[in-house]
Amino acid sequence: MSIIIPIIVLAVIAVVCAILLTVASTLFGVKENEKFAPIRDCLPGANCGACGYSGCDAYAKALAEGQSNATGLCVPGGNGAAVAISEILGVEAAAVVERVAFVSCNGTCDSVEKRYEYSGHKSCRSANMTYSGDKMCTFACLGYGDCANVCPENAITVENGVAKVDPVSCIGCGICVRTCPNNIIRLVNRNERVTVKCSNNDKGALTRKYCKNGCIGCGKCTKVCPAEAITVMNNLAIINYAKCEKCGKCADVCPTHAIHTVNFICGAEK
Amino acid sequence: MAKYILILMGGVLVNNYVLQQFLGICPFLGVSKKVNQASGMGLAVIFVMLFATLATWPIYTYVLVPNNLAYLQTIVFILVIAALVQLVEIILKKFLPSLFKALGVYLPLITTNCAVLGVTLNNISDGYNFLESIVSSLGVGVGFLLAMVLFAGVRSRIENCPAPKSFKGLPVTLISASIVALAFFGFSGIVENIVARFM
Repeated sequence: MSIIIPIIVLAVIAVVCAILLTVASTLFGVKENEKFAPIRDCLPGANCGACGYSGCDAYAKALAEGQSNATGLCVPGGNGAAVAISEILGVEAAAVVERVAFVSCNGTCDSVEKRYEYSGHKSCRSANMTYSGDKMCTFACLGYGDCANVCPENAITVENGVAKVDPVSCIGCGICVRTCPNNIIRLVNRNERVTVKCSNNDKGALTRKYCKNGCIGCGKCTKVCPAEAITVMNNLAIINYAKCEKCGKCADVCPTHAIHTVNFICGAEK
Repeated sequence: MAKYILILMGGVLVNNYVLQQFLGICPFLGVSKKVNQASGMGLAVIFVMLFATLATWPIYTYVLVPNNLAYLQTIVFILVIAALVQLVEIILKKFLPSLFKALGVYLPLITTNCAVLGVTLNNISDGYNFLESIVSSLGVGVGFLLAMVLFAGVRSRIENCPAPKSFKGLPVTLISASIVALAFFGFSGIVENIVARFM
């Protein structure tokens, strides 16, 4: 008999606990938004923040709870994610403008002079702290590969002292843009055909002295452009992509070849 | 009053569960890499210890002892604490989502943490009454938080130290834990005298 009582006591306590838990979960249970999980599954999980939310979870939550209707904000997910999310939410898919990172510098080791021998920690950030880096041009790619280290897709390599983004594997998350201490990486729409591969704001003569490939702000491109899409600001040509007709004439006339014709879809560059 | 202060300080410093009694070592080594994680874990432990004592002491005194079932205490306590943490989690999620988010993963992690079970069992074996048990749980919880935060600080320093290759990682962590524990031995006997002097 003596074994019956402990069993009963234990069973009673367990049943009381179970009843309490059941009652609590029906009374106080918080329903997870049922759209959250499927939306979250559509997102790539890169947590890059390109959508403007703090990670994929936050973006999925905002969409599921109706705080946002913009289904096309996920750049890494591209059109596939946008269409899938729009189906779940039952709204029209917003087209994703695919973007790629582009390093606006062509100051390779043989085209730009060195100011001093930098032998410190091999990182752009620390090189930039010692007299803005070892290259004569202070707007140059420092070439120590901070961007390559943070790239989630390993799309960046440093070639001949300048970082180069492989546009085919680039997902346009923009982490490298935020990492670059010189702010010379930009996000460009994938369908563009010309880019200025220089960020130097010095006067033309100085730029010429520092680097063979820099934009000297001569303005030839502004004259030849049929759409008047190019302006020279702070001694640097700037292309207004809203007007650009992708003819490539600017790249042909540029005396220092600072304007490049590019194809971000197949990865060709000239 | 002096008795309560003695119990409280005893739990925090002299009988520190992690560093003197070696209970709850798992979270102590697992979640002590960053100070903010360690403090989150410590706060969750205080929270759960208090609730566990609130629930287990009456069950022991009014259910188990009258039926001569005191030997069932371990299994009953595990059951009650596990259910209680689940309950608290549900209620927190509904009414205090911010606290739920702050305690986060740590709440379910410590459902059957041995430090939590240990404090409830020790309260019984030390013969504390209800109020003394609550104070003792609070002290033990604060002691756990103290040990976690102290050790997280030590550990963040060690991360940057050039330890020999064979010592890197867990070995050097264990050695430093033992040194921190040794330091806590200095408290034994002190608290009683300090409290006695002020009372």
